[in-house]
Amino acid sequence: MAEQGAKKQKNPRVAMPEQEPKVRARNFLEVPTGYTVKMAQEEAVRCLQCKKPGCVDGCPVGVDIPGFIDLIAQGDMTGAIRNLWAKNALPAVCGRVCPQEIQCEGKCIVGKKGEPVAIGNLERFAADYEREFGTGELPPVEPATGKKVAVVGSGPSGLTVAGDLILKGHDVTILEAFHKPGGVLVYGIPEFRLPKEIVAQEVDFLSRLGAKVECNVVVGRTVSIDELFEQGYDAVYVGVGAGLPRFMNIPGENYVGILSANEYLTRANLMKAYKFPDVDTPIPMGKNVVVLGAGNVAMDSARTAMRLGAESVKIVYRRSREEMPARIAEIHHAEEEGIELFLLTNPTRYLGNEDGRLTGMECLKMELGEPDDSGRRRPVAVEGSEFELECDLCIVAVGSGANPLLTSETPDMALNKWGNVVADLKTGKTTKKGVWAGGDIVTGAATVILAMGAGRDAANSIHDYLTLGW
Amino acid sequence: MFKIVRREELSEGTVVLNEIEAPQIAKKALPGQFVILKSGEDGERIPLTMADTDKEKGTITIIYMVVGKSTELFKTLQVGDGYEDVIGPLGKPTHLEKVGKVVCVGGGTGVAVLHPITRALKQIGNDVTCIIGARNKGLLMLEDQMREASHDLRICTDDGSYGHHGFVTDVLADVLAGGDIKEVVAIGPVPMMKAVSNMTREYNVPTLVSLNPIMVDGTGMCGGCRVSVGGETKFACVDGPEFDGHLVDFDELNLRLRAYLDDEKNCHRDFCTIRDAQ
Ligand SMILES: Cc1cc2nc3c(=O)[nH]c(=O)nc-3n(C[C@H](O)[C@H](O)[C@H](O)COP(=O)(O)OP(=O)(O)OC[C@H]3O[C@@H](n4cnc5c(N)ncnc54)[C@H](O)[C@@H]3O)c2cc1C
Ligand SMILES: Cc1cc2nc3c(=O)[nH]c(=O)nc-3n(C[C@H](O)[C@H](O)[C@H](O)COP(=O)(O)OP(=O)(O)OC[C@H]3O[C@@H](n4cnc5c(N)ncnc54)[C@H](O)[C@@H]3O)c2cc1C
Ligand code: SF4
Ligand code: SF4
Ligand code: FES
Repeated sequence: MAEQGAKKQKNPRVAMPEQEPKVRARNFLEVPTGYTVKMAQEEAVRCLQCKKPGCVDGCPVGVDIPGFIDLIAQGDMTGAIRNLWAKNALPAVCGRVCPQEIQCEGKCIVGKKGEPVAIGNLERFAADYEREFGTGELPPVEPATGKKVAVVGSGPSGLTVAGDLILKGHDVTILEAFHKPGGVLVYGIPEFRLPKEIVAQEVDFLSRLGAKVECNVVVGRTVSIDELFEQGYDAVYVGVGAGLPRFMNIPGENYVGILSANEYLTRANLMKAYKFPDVDTPIPMGKNVVVLGAGNVAMDSARTAMRLGAESVKIVYRRSREEMPARIAEIHHAEEEGIELFLLTNPTRYLGNEDGRLTGMECLKMELGEPDDSGRRRPVAVEGSEFELECDLCIVAVGSGANPLLTSETPDMALNKWGNVVADLKTGKTTKKGVWAGGDIVTGAATVILAMGAGRDAANSIHDYLTLGW
Repeated sequence: MFKIVRREELSEGTVVLNEIEAPQIAKKALPGQFVILKSGEDGERIPLTMADTDKEKGTITIIYMVVGKSTELFKTLQVGDGYEDVIGPLGKPTHLEKVGKVVCVGGGTGVAVLHPITRALKQIGNDVTCIIGARNKGLLMLEDQMREASHDLRICTDDGSYGHHGFVTDVLADVLAGGDIKEVVAIGPVPMMKAVSNMTREYNVPTLVSLNPIMVDGTGMCGGCRVSVGGETKFACVDGPEFDGHLVDFDELNLRLRAYLDDEKNCHRDFCTIRDAQ
C-alpha cells in the first residue's frame, strides 16, 4: 500500500484539458477537449493492472478495463478499441457521460489513496483516436438468418440491440419517432457534453453494417406492435425511454416561461434552436433563469441557459449538495461557469403578470430531518421562511416517467404500477410473446450504460429465440 | 421525402392545400387526427390537421394558413417537391356518434379541420347543420365541400360581402334557439371557440373544440402543448386535440399561444425581407 501511495504522488492523474470556464460558458463547443496520445499513455501507466480489478466490478457491462488500458500504454490503439467494443458498443459516448465516480473509477484501487485512474477519459481517448485515425474497417457479419427484428426507439439501448443482432446475421430495422436517431443522446444531452457528430457516426456505423433506420415512425400510432408482426417481423425490442416530463404541480405552472427540461433541451439540441433565427425553431431566452432539480438533466438545462446568454442561472433543489444526483464533474463544471446553487430550497408557487408570463417564484427554505425510506434525510420546510426569487424562465427538471403512448396501445404487455414495462431482469422478455424491452422504459430514468447493458442481455435472448425458440 | 402530388391555393393565396404521399399514415388516419411536418434540415416541426386522406392512393391532405416563417416556407413547395419529415397520425381521433341534430361551426382554417369531421358525422346518420365564417368572401374556404358534407350550410362574413353579415355565433344563436341540438363541434380561432362554448353552455349542449397550442414532438414527451381543461393539465397532442369546450381555459391558451410572438415576428419579417430582395 505504501508503494501505491508513493506511486500516486509521483504521477498524479493526468488532468483533462478543458475550455476556460469564462469562454465556454458562452459557446456550445465541447468542454473537455480530450487527451493527446502522450497524455493518454502517461495516464494509462498509472493503472496497476490488478489481478482482481475492482474497476471491472464497478462497470455495469464489465469492460476489460486493465486490458484496454494496457493496450493504450503499449501504443496499440486499434487493439484498445477492439477490446472495448467487445463489451461496449458506444465507448465514445460512455467515456464522456458515464457516472464513473460511482461506477468503474469509484472501485479503482488507486482511488483509495488518491485519484483513481481516469478510466472514462481513456475510454473516450481510444474511441476518439479510432474515429480520427482508424481504418473504419467493419467487423465481420454472420451469414443472413432471414429473421427480421424491429427495434423501437434509437436511444443507447435500441442502438445496442441493433448492433448486436445485425452482427449475428439478423435483418434489423430501427423505428424512431423523432426525425433523427439517437434518443436522449441527441435530444437531451447537449452538444457541449456530447457532440452530435459522435452519435451520428455510431448510427452510420450500424447503417453500414446493414441495419435500416426509419425515422418518423411513432409505434403505437403510425404502426402497432401487432402490425409489425403482421408485416413479417419475428421479434420486437421496445427501447422507448422515459419520455414523460414531470412537473411540480404547484400553482401557476402554465405561465409562459415555464418549460419542462425535455422541451427546453429538445428545442436546444434536436432543433438546434440555439442558432435561431438561422434555424426556424425558437427557444425562450431567459434573463434570470431558475432550474428545478439537481440531476444531469438539470445541470444540462442550466448550462444551456447560461450559453444562451442568461444573466443569472440558479439551480433550486430541496435537498443538500450530498444528495444531488448529477455527475460530480458536471456539478463542478456548472459552478465554474457561474451557475448558483440554491440548496435546501423548495418552490411553492409561480408568480406571473397579466400577460400570463412568469415573473418569479415563491420558495421555502428547508432543513434536513429524519432519514426517509430511501435512507436520505428528508427535507422539511422551515416555517415562515418564504421568499421570492425573480425569474423570467423556469426549467423543470424534476424527473421523467414512462410515456404511455406505445404501452397503452399494447394492452397485452404488462406494466408495473408506475407504467414501466415489466421485463425479465436477465433476458428483457416482456409478458407479450416475441417482445423484449429494456432501458429507461423498464427501469425508469437511469443511465446510458445501464440502458446499453439491458440491450445486450435482450439481444442475446432475442438471438436464442430466433435460433432456438421462446 | 414525402412528395407533394397536388397543390392548390385557396382564399386568395392566404391558404394552401397540399396532397402528400404518406401511405403509412394514410392507412391509419382517422378524422380529427393531425400530422407534424418539417420542410428541411433546419425547419420547425409544424402540426397540421389532416383535412382528408386517401388510403388507396396513400395520400393525406393538409390545408394551412400562411401565418409565419414556417408556413411561408411551406408555401414555396410545389408539386414534385416534398417535406423532409411527416409524422403521424397523432392525437386522438374524434369521438363520432349518432346523436341526432348536430351543428358544426368553423372559422378561418378551422373549416379545413372541420370538414372530415362534418362528413363523418353525416355519414353515420346525424342531421348536420354547418355554419362557416371568414373575414370576407375571398377568404372563405371549402364552401362546396362543406355544402356536400352537411345537410344545411350557413355562411357568415365579418364584412357582409357574402352570406350573413356578422359572426358565426349570431347564426348559431338562432339555430340553438330552434332547439333540439344534441351536439356542437366548433373549430377555429380561440376567441371563436370561446364564444361558441359560452353560448352553448347556456343551452347545455355538449360542445367539442379542437385546440392548437404550440407543439414540439406531438407524442406527449415535452409538455409544451399543455392546456387546462376542467382545472386539470392535459397534453393536447396525446389527450386531445379535441376537448369539452365547456371545460377549456381559453384565456390561458390564448396567452400561451403568444409565447414566441416577438421572436416569430422578427424571424418572419427577416425571411420576407430576404425573399423579396431576391
Ligand atoms: C438531459 C439528460 C442528460 C443525461 N445525462 C446522462 C449522463 O451524463 N450519463 C448517463 O449515464 N445518463 C444520462 N442521462 C440518462 C440517459 O440518457 C438515459 O438513461 C438513456 O438515454 C436511456 O436510454 P434508452 O435507450 O432507454 O432511451 P432513450 O435514450 O430515451 O431513447 C428512446 C428513444 O425512443 C424513441 N421513442 C419513444 N417512443 C417511441 C415510439 N412510440 N415509437 C418509436 N420511437 C419512440 C424516442 O424518441 C427516443 O429516441 C441523461 C438523460 C437526460 C435526459
Ligand atoms: C393539433 C394542431 C392542428 C393544427 N391544424 C392546423 C391546420 O389544419 N391548418 C392551419 O392552418 N393551422 C393549423 N394549426 C396551426 C399551425 O400549426 C400554426 O399556424 C403554425 O405552427 C404556424 O407556424 P409558422 O412558423 O408559420 O408561424 P409562426 O411564425 O410560428 O407563428 C405565427 C403566428 O401564429 C401563432 N402560432 C404559433 N404557433 C401556433 C399554433 N400552434 N397554433 C396557432 N397559432 C400559432 C404565433 O403566435 C404567431 O402569432 C394546427 C395546430 C395544432 C397544434
Ligand atoms: S462503460 Fe462506463 S462504467 Fe464501464 S468502464 Fe466505461 S466509463 Fe466506466
Ligand atoms: S482497479 Fe484501477 S488500477 Fe486496478 S486495474 Fe482497474 S483501473 Fe487499473
Ligand atoms: S407537443 Fe410535446 S407533449 Fe404535446
